[in-house]
Amino acid sequence: MNDLLEILEQNSRVSVEDLAKLTGKSKKEIQRAIKDYEKKGVIVKYKTVINKDKIKGEKGVVAIIEVQVTPQKDVGFDMVASRIYKFPEVKGCYLLSGTYDLLLVVEGKDIHTVANFVSEKLAPLSAVKGTVTHFMLKKYKEDGVVLVKEEKGKRLAITY
Amino acid sequence: MIAKHIEQLAPSGIREFFDLVLGMPDVISLGVGEPDFITPWRAREKAITALEEGLTSYTSNKGLFVLRRSISRHLEKKYGLKYDAQDETLITVGVSEGLDLALRAILEPGDKVIVARPHYVAYPALVVINGGKVLSLQTKEEDNFKIKPKELSTLLKQNPKAIILNYPSNPTGVTYSREELKEIWKVLSPKEIIVITDEVYDELTYEGIHCSFASLDKKSRQRTILLNGFSKGYAMTGFRVGYACADKRIISAMTKIHSFSMLCGPVISQIAAAEALLAQKEVKQMRSEYNRRRDFFVKELNRIGLRTQKPQGAFYCFPSLKNFKIKALDFAKGLLMKEKVAVVPGTAFGEGLEYYLRMAYANSLDNLKEAVIRIERFISTL
Repeated sequence: MNDLLEILEQNSRVSVEDLAKLTGKSKKEIQRAIKDYEKKGVIVKYKTVINKDKIKGEKGVVAIIEVQVTPQKDVGFDMVASRIYKFPEVKGCYLLSGTYDLLLVVEGKDIHTVANFVSEKLAPLSAVKGTVTHFMLKKYKEDGVVLVKEEKGKRLAITY
Repeated sequence: MIAKHIEQLAPSGIREFFDLVLGMPDVISLGVGEPDFITPWRAREKAITALEEGLTSYTSNKGLFVLRRSISRHLEKKYGLKYDAQDETLITVGVSEGLDLALRAILEPGDKVIVARPHYVAYPALVVINGGKVLSLQTKEEDNFKIKPKELSTLLKQNPKAIILNYPSNPTGVTYSREELKEIWKVLSPKEIIVITDEVYDELTYEGIHCSFASLDKKSRQRTILLNGFSKGYAMTGFRVGYACADKRIISAMTKIHSFSMLCGPVISQIAAAEALLAQKEVKQMRSEYNRRRDFFVKELNRIGLRTQKPQGAFYCFPSLKNFKIKALDFAKGLLMKEKVAVVPGTAFGEGLEYYLRMAYANSLDNLKEAVIRIERFISTL
């Protein structure tokens, strides 16, 4: 990855002006490069990592669901995956190697909402052979960001 | 009661200013001489495991062989240098001890050592502590604070025993290309002079490729004491691991002193350092980050009127105050009191530097941005 993408991956809010100063390019060049990346789908989206545990009254649950499915002729897993990832409850959907096929990240208001989603929407799909649901208890790190507060070493304010 | 040459060591004129900084909360400090990154996790993890395994004994005087061998291979890969891990490599407690040992090993009372100004604070002091005399070589802003071979050759008439070369430099961030080093070597080589190189910032070179002095030719290798360490490039200041590489006779003499005065470097730190050499990806990431900050910060300082040359290495820049007719210590005190930004006055790095400041950009981009705003505001009141 180049400098520009490295900076944006860490912090997408750095201004075009600062990006220009940090990379030694002109503002125009930066704007053009960003547009180009967006067009090509290299930059997919700008999002904010929020630690929902810290929001008062925000009581959601996250479940990781392992799904075993039957692949279909000619389209393999893609068709059934698309049938599943279109549910708004599904925040993430990955095809994996190993003992199950799809891994889903599902968010819901409470355990019942997720349970209902699994029993009423996901499990009844004809291609779905079985599911195992894990409820998330605590988030330590997300998107490369550590969410729990870590003690940071203190440097002396002035040294040679 | 105290030895005369120690008592006469000039106490740092800016000690008082340092105390002022240390006593003030919530300062944005551009005065820190160490990375703002934490040691790469794999090195820390290795240290933790070593503690769990109970690896807490002395090591051999020269240091853990695995570390020496890794260093030897690293230097060969990076600079084409061949130092025998057994006889030509010594693990020291930081570059500081390495320099002390080098000077102790080679200096007789009254021997002269060339130190280029601006210099890292410890150089002249260590020369004096070890009974030597400092020959100062003033470099100038208009020469990019680089040693001019012609001026160097004038000093050589006084038959110095050694010269200390530090590049990339603390405090200026200046470094030398292979061609420039060759010019310096051309002047030095006819003389029986030992070249002590402090290359602790070698990993933090942003323009060109770092050239190790010993790699110039066979003779330069024989006459160089190469000092380096893990503090800066690997963000391991607190681990205190450095190393010295040189001809067998020199390393043997240095080891003799080290075995009596230090015994060996701390074992856990040595284990962590050996692992750190494998963290080249993290080193590269840190270097890219410093490089971006350098671009940003130097541009901003010049924009607000602080004349600053673009440094090629380390994480310092050395702006001039000559446009403002205010001395560095007054500027630094004013900036600290009014805007809570700490910088180091140039006078810390030798005489004749009253109109310069050392600013370290080993700080977050947000802090650097805020510092620029505050410095600009302070300058407008001058």
